[in-house]
Amino acid sequence: MRVTVTIDRRPEIADPEGTTVLRALHELGFTEASSVRMDRVIHMDVVGADPSEVRSRVEDMCRQLLANPVLEDFTVEVEA
Amino acid sequence: MSTAVIVFPGVNCEHDVAHAVRALGGSADLVWHRDTDLSGFDGVILPGGFAHGDALRTGAIARFSPAMREVARMAAVGLPVLGICNGWQMLCESGLIPGAHIANRDLSFICRYEEVEVVDSGSILTRDCEPGQRLRIPLNSYEGSWVDPSHTGRIVLRYVGDPNGSQDRAAAVSNAAGNVVGVMPHPERATDELLGSTDGQVLLESFLHSLVPA
Repeated sequence: MRVTVTIDRRPEIADPEGTTVLRALHELGFTEASSVRMDRVIHMDVVGADPSEVRSRVEDMCRQLLANPVLEDFTVEVEA
Repeated sequence: MSTAVIVFPGVNCEHDVAHAVRALGGSADLVWHRDTDLSGFDGVILPGGFAHGDALRTGAIARFSPAMREVARMAAVGLPVLGICNGWQMLCESGLIPGAHIANRDLSFICRYEEVEVVDSGSILTRDCEPGQRLRIPLNSYEGSWVDPSHTGRIVLRYVGDPNGSQDRAAAVSNAAGNVVGVMPHPERATDELLGSTDGQVLLESFLHSLVPA
């Protein structure tokens, strides 16, 4: 199954890279951009028949390795 | 009494650390990260570098190396555990020190001497120091900005300036007990006049004086 994991840095944690990209967009004239966050997307193929079981396993992966609970939240999408 | 210096693939300061420890009269052995028995050691240092190429996050993969289970055991029984630079990032990823690291505020790799001030002399890194004492030690990092939303980390060294945006200008942080410390600048690179500063000596001497027979 194709799984997409999105790792979002928590809003209260600074994102220096996002701030820099936002500044560059403004310098290019894209002044309508009001915030940029450089989040991480992980695409995975996971062997399994039951989408809810696959989701549960991938959530475990996020808790143990893929996301840092101090900095980040995650969402898991499973394509059935 | 002997100190284990753990070698992960991609770290690059293990020989500097071992050399500095030996030059100060201590004993240091390089130990491969897949070793599972550190029972012969009285303390451990996680050296700096780029373990596992910093894949995913700094320290995120190294945290699962077999030797880290022994590091956690030693930390739990109160033995001295010191993480320098990338080693501190591993200690945060392991949950042995609160918080995590993000990129420096100005997105620059910082490689220069920084002045730090001793805030707390109750840790294995600072026990031979006086609060308020200032030290010049090289900083060499990109993800050096420490964040701790829990506000439970115990800051033991603080930058005099604000080079990287680290929370409360923290340059070194310990666990509550003071036996596990992470430090971002490199004390081992300031242990000889040839290197431009000997201010790192007192920090590594503090570590060595914290060793007690296991």
